[in-house]
Amino acid sequence: MSATLTLLHDGRADEIPVVNLSRPTIAEGALESMLGWELQPEGLCRGTMCVPVDQEALVREDGLDLRILADALQRPLVTDEGHAVAALGASHHDRGDVLASLEAPDFTLPDLEGNLHSLSDHRGKKVLLVAYASW
Amino acid sequence: MPDLYGMINVPTILWIDEEGRIARPNDVAFGSNDFKEMTGIDSEAHLERLRAWVRGEGPAMTPEEVRAAQSLPTEAEQEARAEFTLAWWLSQRGHGDDAEPHYVRAGELAPHDFTIRRGTMLIRGLDPMGEDFMQIVNEWTEAGNTFYRPLEAASSS
Repeated sequence: MSATLTLLHDGRADEIPVVNLSRPTIAEGALESMLGWELQPEGLCRGTMCVPVDQEALVREDGLDLRILADALQRPLVTDEGHAVAALGASHHDRGDVLASLEAPDFTLPDLEGNLHSLSDHRGKKVLLVAYASW
Repeated sequence: MPDLYGMINVPTILWIDEEGRIARPNDVAFGSNDFKEMTGIDSEAHLERLRAWVRGEGPAMTPEEVRAAQSLPTEAEQEARAEFTLAWWLSQRGHGDDAEPHYVRAGELAPHDFTIRRGTMLIRGLDPMGEDFMQIVNEWTEAGNTFYRPLEAASSS
């Protein structure tokens, strides 16, 4: 019997077929298309970087074990089985490395008229970034 | 934005230079003194520094100073953000009761992250400007923590 899991990650929501909601898996093909990683003999690889992983535990009959994958990538995975949804957060290492590089992460947000603006649109000018809330 | 930049409260400001590099990391600063009585933070000190930086009259922080002043995201903060993401998704679909334990867990993982604790109050039926908010602030400060922690205060302690 199969089900569909909504996986929230990287600002997206992808639906993936799973056999067991309490131990979800992801297809090896989706690993690259959704998350940008490939399974190689060396481990999980992206570009020139590879992360070691226990492949025996990772590779299951119905796909790649999502929890072991998340642990290997040091990304938090939290689930709500009742609603068949999981959130795969960003690794604190990845976020920290970007911030410590001092390269301001780019983002795109709408203004009040719905027009999109990216931080990178302002390259060449000094930018004061203010995060505020009206609650 | 809080996830990308490791923000844990608002207002949070950053300076970003012409090359897209962080010239001043996450800091607490207000645009006016409207809330000075409540926060104890004078907006003018930051505004003066900002004007000088924009005019090229005053130095920004060096890269080493920026890195030393940064608070980089922790594992617990990232797990809290994942719990928040899941809870928000559930709330938006009318499953507020099922979202609640995830909001609570997020607050346990990162009790100092008020973008989550205060930012989720309205959708949880709590008042982010009233007694509910004051209760978490009082609990936080009575435990010896600071609600607003500008860089200058952090570096002098």
